[in-house]
Amino acid sequence: MTEYEEPPEVHWVDEHAGPVVRPYAVTRGRARPVTGKFDLISQVSTVRTVSARDVGLGPEHLAIVALCRRRLSVAEVAAHLDLPLGTIRVLLGDLLERRLVRVYEPRPTPVLTDDSIFEQVINGLRAL
Amino acid sequence: MGYAHSDGADQAGTPGEPMPTAVKILIAGGFGVGKTTMVGAVSETRPLRTEELLTEEGVSVDDLSGVEAKTTTTVAMDFGRISINDELVLYLFGTPGQDRFWFVWDELALGALGAVVLADTRRLADCFPSVDYFEKHGTPFIVAVNCFEGARQYQLDEVTQALSLDPGVPVMLCDARKRESGKEVLIAVLEHAMRSHRAMSAASAG
Repeated sequence: MTEYEEPPEVHWVDEHAGPVVRPYAVTRGRARPVTGKFDLISQVSTVRTVSARDVGLGPEHLAIVALCRRRLSVAEVAAHLDLPLGTIRVLLGDLLERRLVRVYEPRPTPVLTDDSIFEQVINGLRAL
Repeated sequence: MGYAHSDGADQAGTPGEPMPTAVKILIAGGFGVGKTTMVGAVSETRPLRTEELLTEEGVSVDDLSGVEAKTTTTVAMDFGRISINDELVLYLFGTPGQDRFWFVWDELALGALGAVVLADTRRLADCFPSVDYFEKHGTPFIVAVNCFEGARQYQLDEVTQALSLDPGVPVMLCDARKRESGKEVLIAVLEHAMRSHRAMSAASAG
């Protein structure tokens, strides 16, 4: 990857410039997670608390561990941390590798032999 | 059921904890048709927003002529959540308004139970791209006509004709601001998707 250098005249930052810490800085330049696929609706839940042995984690990692004590989707984690999805996937990969979180991936499509999911959701919506 | 643990993540699983299931429905349609309004009306919290950065791979297929200095673009998606019960969560994703971000649509449509195309009868052509996309990708969808005040009330079969929809595609009226109306729309798309699913199962079995 070639390094992109901004011309000096565009260094002014306003609300349209996005986060001051650029997303790739949060992931230390990594674009892909070390492990895991992380669909938008994959469910993430924290497995254990961060210990002194967990070196190398940034504040965003810790924020995810705290946030996912309640099970949340990848999209929700991204929204709550206000970081792009790609960045969140890299951070989740780090946490998954350290077994700090558990991730349930959804199946790609409803399987042909089973349509109970439709009924479950319909009945659930009616009951709300 | 329906879920696989990601690599190495399962050893810390709590015995007896129910397996979570997450499903999604897409809310598509033209700009300003009420997608985010509908997501917000039926979700348990205000709509959330998440962003995907258009990477260099995306940029290469995207027309950025004239804006060469800009190397990244963000695509925003609004979404909401409905917890059906402790194990089952339904997510509603509004599709990005810019129809050129098809790769985001592909990610959204993958595994979706179905889709709602919201239509405004004053600008029916705005929902052509969504209808085309779901037809081409085999995503079960319905058309929900958002009843804007001041818009002429069309007959539903006029909408079917104007959009050249397959007669099997349900068309209904809705009010995107109302929770009950949104729920009816979601139930309608799920019933339609279930019928399509059963028809497919029967065809593949026979």
